[in-house]
Amino acid sequence: MNKLKSMSPATRTNFLTYAAVILTFAILQPLSAAGKISPTLQGQLVPVCAYVVMALSLNLTVGVLGELSLGHAGFMSVGAFSGAVCASALQNVIPASGLRLGVSMVVGALLAGIVGTIISVPVLRLNGDYLAIVTLAFGQIIKSIVENLYVGVDAKGLHFSFLQPTMRLGEGGRMILNGPMGIPNISKISTFLAGFILIMVTLAVIFNLVNSRSGRAIMALRDNRIAAESVGINVIKYKMMAFVISAALAGAAGALFSLGQNTIVASKFDFNMSILILVYVVLGGQGKMWGSILAASFLTILPETAAMRDLKDYRMLAYAIVLILVMLATNSPALKGFFARFFRRKEDKTEKGGAQ
Amino acid sequence: MVTFLTRLINGISLGSVYAIIALGYTMVYGIAKMLNFAHGDVIMVGAYVCFFAVANFALPPLAGVALAMLVCTVLGMVIERLAYKPLRQAPSLAVLITAIGVSYFLQNGAQLLWGSNNKMFPSFLSGDALSLLNGDLRVSLVTVVNVVVCVVIMLALTWFTSRTKMGKAMRACSEDKGAAQLMGINVDTTISMTFAIGSALAAVAGVLYMSSYPILVPTTGSMPGIKAFTAAVFGGIGSIPGAFLGGLLLGVIEIFAGGYISTQLQNAIVFAVLIVVLLVKPSGLLGKQIREKV
Repeated sequence: MNKLKSMSPATRTNFLTYAAVILTFAILQPLSAAGKISPTLQGQLVPVCAYVVMALSLNLTVGVLGELSLGHAGFMSVGAFSGAVCASALQNVIPASGLRLGVSMVVGALLAGIVGTIISVPVLRLNGDYLAIVTLAFGQIIKSIVENLYVGVDAKGLHFSFLQPTMRLGEGGRMILNGPMGIPNISKISTFLAGFILIMVTLAVIFNLVNSRSGRAIMALRDNRIAAESVGINVIKYKMMAFVISAALAGAAGALFSLGQNTIVASKFDFNMSILILVYVVLGGQGKMWGSILAASFLTILPETAAMRDLKDYRMLAYAIVLILVMLATNSPALKGFFARFFRRKEDKTEKGGAQ
Repeated sequence: MVTFLTRLINGISLGSVYAIIALGYTMVYGIAKMLNFAHGDVIMVGAYVCFFAVANFALPPLAGVALAMLVCTVLGMVIERLAYKPLRQAPSLAVLITAIGVSYFLQNGAQLLWGSNNKMFPSFLSGDALSLLNGDLRVSLVTVVNVVVCVVIMLALTWFTSRTKMGKAMRACSEDKGAAQLMGINVDTTISMTFAIGSALAAVAGVLYMSSYPILVPTTGSMPGIKAFTAAVFGGIGSIPGAFLGGLLLGVIEIFAGGYISTQLQNAIVFAVLIVVLLVKPSGLLGKQIREKV
């Protein structure tokens, strides 16, 4: 306990975040294995992990790097489809589903990272709202491309075609990705354990990055780009580093997500999905990793609970109203003063703060 | 040749509608410096109001449009007052999320009020207005109306912002709110007015858009919203002639991409062109290049 107290606040928060994730997993895993939790929650375990990783990775771009990205679902899409294609193609090569899932997530992360690198070249030359719009545009482009991509597999390997399924598959060949129809009949190999590991890896990557020399350079760019540039920080290099890592993590999350679904279609990963993830990040607090984890898990599970299901059509309306009210309550000067009277908390001195 | 001209005309027709929506986006951005993602949903509300006015209450189409404009104007001002005004000083991301919340609210409110099933928007303007090249090239009445309305709105706005007191106040606010306030301009009223005008334009655009794509659902507004937003950025966000130019170009590019390359890749091509334009001119075609000062 004393050791915990003697840590710096940031290290303590990181430590507690790891501990909380491990504890949650340690409680839920035996319950889930014993079938003690409701089927709805059971079915949500893997998607929640995927959304948590999505929120964490977007928080790296939005909270730590300080650039608004409106196309994060695009990277998830790349990871989801490449991961699912990879898992399907390797079905007979790697029989162990755990290993196959691992390989698929790595492939998803790599491809999303490559796409992220390509995109970051034009994106990072722009600033502010223009950058946001270009990420939005890239998200739409990725969606259109995946919607028109056809992938088949036979003895000779993978075959690709664009716009029309023109490839001729050999004996025993089959189509994996059918353009706008997406990938049907995915064998669900994602597990809660894999999701947990991915969250831990993501946290480790982000915390270690943020506490490194590169991380401090990235945060310096966020706080004052011109000042950072003038002390010799390479703007493009560090922006790109954060952006590509964020994209790769989103790709891994996409692979985890898709391999926990029966079917995936490209239109699932649209602008609304990007916004959904962005809402998790903003509600959880920019730069605050534990906030993203909480917001993503609650907002994914809450709508599925029985109490919320009774609201039916009013559910999304209530969500919209709560979203607006939370933004007003946390940002409007008048309401802030009103709430401050009830919660006598010390004011957050660092508005954007470091990653905690 | 005839195909080319037909496509060009269709593109200009669609582009005019985008331009009207983009004008609303660009005015709001210019003055409030916020990406108003709820703008697309105001279009949808306008379309629904006009639909019910004409289909259920048998009002003449023009009265339906006027009613839609009135409802949207009020809606725009109410949204601004309740959701955006308290966030004047807040970080832009908070305002963006609020705008998204408003957008969800409008979409789901519309779904509860009017149901999620498709409604077929009645065509007020059917038939051809012009027939050129011995009848090979037909220009529909919708196209003529779109273009005329767009040009009229564009001219009226240019006159409004350069000649009237309120218009000048708007330009002053978009340049420097603090200085404008010191000169005795009521910034709050001016911003409210901007939202009112933008929303009224959205209502007009909604009715025009529906005349070309008559299927009305609660999410109708989101795609034209995003496209018009792209158009506004394309032309240089904050600039009125830029929004006009951007809207027209975007419409033409979209129709040409669909006609000559592939309908499936239509949207991808539109967005790819946007990216290329922003790389060459980082603040859009007619946007002001603002130099960074330390």
